[in-house]
Amino acid sequence: MSQDPALLRRLLRAKDRMDGASHEAWPVARLARVSGVSEAHFARSFKEAFGVPPHRYLLTRRIERATALLRDTDLPITEIAFETGWNSLGTFGRTFRDITGESPQALRAREKAAPHQPEPVPGCYLSAAHRPGLTIAVSEKRRQGDDARKDGSTETEVP
Amino acid sequence: MSQGVGVVGLYVRDQDEALQFYVEKLGFRVHTDARNGDYRWLTVQHPEQPSFQLGLFLPQPPTLDAATAQTVREIVAKGAMPPLVLMVDDCRAAYARMRARGVEFTQEPMDRYGAVDAGFRDPSGNGWKMIEGRG
Repeated sequence: MSQDPALLRRLLRAKDRMDGASHEAWPVARLARVSGVSEAHFARSFKEAFGVPPHRYLLTRRIERATALLRDTDLPITEIAFETGWNSLGTFGRTFRDITGESPQALRAREKAAPHQPEPVPGCYLSAAHRPGLTIAVSEKRRQGDDARKDGSTETEVP
Repeated sequence: MSQGVGVVGLYVRDQDEALQFYVEKLGFRVHTDARNGDYRWLTVQHPEQPSFQLGLFLPQPPTLDAATAQTVREIVAKGAMPPLVLMVDDCRAAYARMRARGVEFTQEPMDRYGAVDAGFRDPSGNGWKMIEGRG
């Protein structure tokens, strides 16, 4: 389906704004304002343009950033959770595990154990290369995951 | 230098707009601006890099068929073209200067991995990283 390049350029601006401040709240109304379109039009067009709904895109950016902070810093996990935009440590931990398949603690332990050579890739691109793919909703991913984990969470994925 | 990469082209949505952006806002110079009918071969150059030209090309027939040209325009507007990196001596100073000229920054200067980098886009959607060299 063809989309108007002028509209796409404005949608890109909203995506850029999420990239630049993924820790902030990005309700559709705010994003739609950045792009200068109606909320309904925004949500539909964004997904068509970028393959995922805007809130899910935001989640992948937050997890990408949290992963980098877990790997590259010694910040406490609570601080990383708040710094990457979650209001509760529990939601962060659960969402992180649902998306990446391991807990923040486990990822940190694994990354710290692995030897790291400085890689000749600009950091920002390297980080993007490790962005989690989130082609299905987190709730769906959670359902498909560990059945033994009966947390019965009905939270939506909007952080 | 007589061997090496001479021209790398970007697709832009409007060549006048792109020319104004790269020359007036980024400080590039026009190298070649040649028209042949509807076709316009337009390249600019960084003032400190005389052996390299950055092409600012329009995706248009007959170089591309109309449908492909439309697809390319969409891809550019979605910011899906490959990474571009501009090396600078002082990222924060360049940021301040370019921002004052109205460049659309996507990321403020950040100190990370031992260097400072910022991000901006041209009017078409091509994304640049601006990285301060490590001396």
